[in-house]
Amino acid sequence: MTAYIVRRLLATIPVMIVVALFVFLLLHLTPGDPAAVIAGDDASPADIEGVRRKLGLDRPIWEQFGIYVMNLLRGDLGTSIFSNLPVMTLVKQRLEPSLVLAVSTLVVAITVAIPMGVIAAWKARTLVDRVVMGFSVLGFAVPVFLVGYLLIYVFAIELRWLPVQGYKPLSQGVWQTLRSITLPAIALGMVYTALIARITRASMLEVLSEDYIRTARAKGVATPGVLLHHALKNAAVPIVTVIGIGLTLLISGVVLTETVFNIPGLGRLTVDAILKRDYPIVQGLIILFAAVKVLVNLLIDISYTFFDPRIRY
Amino acid sequence: MAALSEAASTALATRRFDWIRRNPTIVIGALILGLLATLALIAPWIADDPLGFDPLERLRRPSAEFPFGTDEFGRDVYSRVVYGARISLAVGISVATIATAAGLFIGVLCGYFRKVDNVVMRVMDGLMAIPPILLAIALITLMKASLTIVIIAISIPEIPRVVRLVRSVVLQVRGLPYIEAAIASGTRTRTIMTRHILPNTLAPLIVQATYACASAILTEAGLSFLGAGTPPEIPSWGNVISLGRTYFQIAPWIIFFPGVMLAITVLAINLMGDGLRDTLDPRIARRM
Repeated sequence: MTAYIVRRLLATIPVMIVVALFVFLLLHLTPGDPAAVIAGDDASPADIEGVRRKLGLDRPIWEQFGIYVMNLLRGDLGTSIFSNLPVMTLVKQRLEPSLVLAVSTLVVAITVAIPMGVIAAWKARTLVDRVVMGFSVLGFAVPVFLVGYLLIYVFAIELRWLPVQGYKPLSQGVWQTLRSITLPAIALGMVYTALIARITRASMLEVLSEDYIRTARAKGVATPGVLLHHALKNAAVPIVTVIGIGLTLLISGVVLTETVFNIPGLGRLTVDAILKRDYPIVQGLIILFAAVKVLVNLLIDISYTFFDPRIRY
Repeated sequence: MAALSEAASTALATRRFDWIRRNPTIVIGALILGLLATLALIAPWIADDPLGFDPLERLRRPSAEFPFGTDEFGRDVYSRVVYGARISLAVGISVATIATAAGLFIGVLCGYFRKVDNVVMRVMDGLMAIPPILLAIALITLMKASLTIVIIAISIPEIPRVVRLVRSVVLQVRGLPYIEAAIASGTRTRTIMTRHILPNTLAPLIVQATYACASAILTEAGLSFLGAGTPPEIPSWGNVISLGRTYFQIAPWIIFFPGVMLAITVLAINLMGDGLRDTLDPRIARRM
């Protein structure tokens, strides 16, 4: 097991190197002078020269990449061009809203989707099943910004139950935070719920046709026991896998959702940085998001042994 | 069964009807898409100038004159939505084509030449680790924004998925006896690849292409919504929604109509994809 984890950790290194190289080359592969691109359209030659020196763009390219990677390893994601603050500092400032949003979305999606999928599989080919499947097809199609604005319109503007937009930090009370994050989490959770419900249903259907389920029923185990204890646990591996795959959707969704709901998180940080062409921030965040994704996938692979002890590494 | 006997005027009609009945999702999806494509094609005849503005008609509610209302410049949202269908469909089809073609090429090479495989797959793993929307935004902001750049930027994150798919099929097939027989009988490598291996990738590729198309349409709308996609003067659905953000509380229709059209389009493509997957790939159970 330990050997497997070490091996997997080592395997993430080439992936992260490729990500770092790609992010690094983004600036250099583009046509034109990267310093001029960063300095913007109405920069004077002196401005461009300043940017060039500040970013070390006047050195050989391999040396630049070496310095870049060494800095990354020390946890230095670069420095914002506009605010002159380290990207890491900006990330720490904006981390809380995004983390709260992502975690609440996960909680909402999993608590809604798994029961949905289980019930749909249990009542396969009935009306309940069709409704769940219909929802999961729809969930994939409706863009998060449409759901977001519809939710704002109904629950914040018409009914006035929840705040329209914005984020209340945890330091101002958990209740306020939860109120401000409810609609965003539901909007963002739609796709995720659809994805998980769908795979839960498929995986449960597979398991429910196994002999040991019939045996369990025959010896008189009640339906909830069969569904949750015998079936769901054995159906877990594909479900956990898809939760990991969906993380990409979640990250992309966070960027959009934060814009819809005016949440000052990492997503907004990214978009604002892009619109201002503050490349070090964009580069740092891409690396950060990629690292999170790689790590979560690793955790998921390891979690397989917990759900299915037959899987050994 | 009763429905069957009703339609059983001729054997052929029965079979056709039966096919539709067994694959309702493909038919429904295709019908909706056909309708959308028609709207996009005849846009100049059924809609006004999507850029024509009228300061006197700003932020009008949906009415007989303006079925979807007007935006803050007094532009007809209906006309913009109809023309927007052109952009979305063009993006979806182009991305699906580019990603599939590039992915097919790289995937076959990786599957067949094991030396290339190791390096290329590491690059693909790295690309897949980056959230697609961020990758696309980063690419777009570095170039001058244009529809072509948007299409290319959305295609790149889609390629690794196609590569993995094609590669897995090629790896599976190239171990089969008939390939061995082809090699033994002296068939040229190129012929083996094009005649004996490629056809096997067709079915899963078609399915993957429909999903790439749907996701590309959503990504383009998302990028434009963020203000980092299609140039703002082009009336894509994402741009219409993006401009509607500021006036959302007083003029929700600016966001609502393009949003619903977007959902319908993606839904239709996904329905078709699901249906195609079920018919083309019998190994995956229908119940998915």
